[in-house]
Amino acid sequence: MDTIFSRGPSLNSRLVLASVLSVLLIILDGKLDTFSTVRVYLNSLVSPLQYMANLPGEVLNQTARALTTQRQLLEDNAQLTRQNILMSEELQRFVVLEQENERLRTLLGSPVRPEVRKIVAELMAVDNNPYSHQIVINKGTLQGVFEGQPVLDDKGLVGQVMQVGTTTSRVLLIADVTHAVPVRILRNNVRLVASGSGQLNRLVINHVPHSTDIEPGDMLVSSGLGQVFPEGYPVGRIVDVIRDETRPFAIIRAVPAAQLDRLKYLLLLWPQDAPQGPVEQGEAVNAPGS
Amino acid sequence: MHLGLKHWAIAISLLVAQMLQIMPMPIMVDPYRPDWVLLVLGYWTLALPQRVNVGVAFLNGLVLDILLGTALGIHSLALSLVIFILAANYQRLRNYSVWQQAFMIGLLAALYHLVIFWLQHMLTDIYFLFDYLWPVLTTMLFWPWCFMILRKARRQLKVS
Repeated sequence: MDTIFSRGPSLNSRLVLASVLSVLLIILDGKLDTFSTVRVYLNSLVSPLQYMANLPGEVLNQTARALTTQRQLLEDNAQLTRQNILMSEELQRFVVLEQENERLRTLLGSPVRPEVRKIVAELMAVDNNPYSHQIVINKGTLQGVFEGQPVLDDKGLVGQVMQVGTTTSRVLLIADVTHAVPVRILRNNVRLVASGSGQLNRLVINHVPHSTDIEPGDMLVSSGLGQVFPEGYPVGRIVDVIRDETRPFAIIRAVPAAQLDRLKYLLLLWPQDAPQGPVEQGEAVNAPGS
Repeated sequence: MHLGLKHWAIAISLLVAQMLQIMPMPIMVDPYRPDWVLLVLGYWTLALPQRVNVGVAFLNGLVLDILLGTALGIHSLALSLVIFILAANYQRLRNYSVWQQAFMIGLLAALYHLVIFWLQHMLTDIYFLFDYLWPVLTTMLFWPWCFMILRKARRQLKVS
């Protein structure tokens, strides 16, 4: 029988080799970010594993769907019909307003905001890495997803694409400590920056003077200043404004508009100057009127 | 058929461990997820140190880095370190009772998490929450069961 280390380098030299390689990788990838192109292939390589890990949950969902009773379906249907009527009423008003807005903007000579391309993506997995808030979605370079792409859900801004693979991509949530969004207050257009706090239900707004006009309940929308997120999507709502004069700045906290802990369907946006990748026809959801 | 399984047993068990590591879980259970990759790697290191040691740990750490979206090298360094300690002391650890082993695995899991935390802390500003150490406890509690299941598999398939 083989005794340990009868072949190859000794255990100590293996550890030294592995450590040196790891430290090199950490510096190259974490600090200098040289692997972003290789990451696409690496992510594609492991995506079968991700699809497999997602399978049990998917099966459970399918069975749950198959077992829903007729009564439940009827209730859902009634509720959705009600919602649909309410929303189409709003939409009618919206169309009129949009046209009016467009006409006013052309009168003023300011550029009309164009429709942007968008597709629906589905959540695949939530990372259990406690140090950062990321999710994996089931769209990748094949659908034209690119790094830095804005991601929304039906309530508001969710985050931006951080890494892409061919069929999956990784989204950094706005609540992550390394993330910040330029926002403005809907009420009075005060510009702020909303940073993630590391907790899913908290955003913090730093460096706001005590005299700023900001109140609990104020709505924050993206200001479009960072060139990443398009303008005008809801980001969060202010919950706490603590004006402690002994501190240099006011302490302001907000809750994200999107429900970051119960995401399922997400919307990927292509802002105007976004790189155009390959597009799968039929995947694109055409906005009404376009 | 059996011959095939015998050769692939280690790889398959590690693949399953990787899957369990990233499988979506309800938010209530998620903070308590044991370190599956560490458990399975730890077992094979104790059982067959000539086949599974630092090299395999390094590669599995890289896969984990890609799957979890951390900077490449973080998990591979932590896993290599922990598996090195196991491989260097495998003869002593084999003679321990299963609960003593569980305790040692718990200590190593704590080291693993601290190394990952320190490395992440150097790269980004993260704060330490005590919740991050729950997996240490669950890893410890899962060790005896993991040990028994994998030993049974190893003996039945005669993996050596």
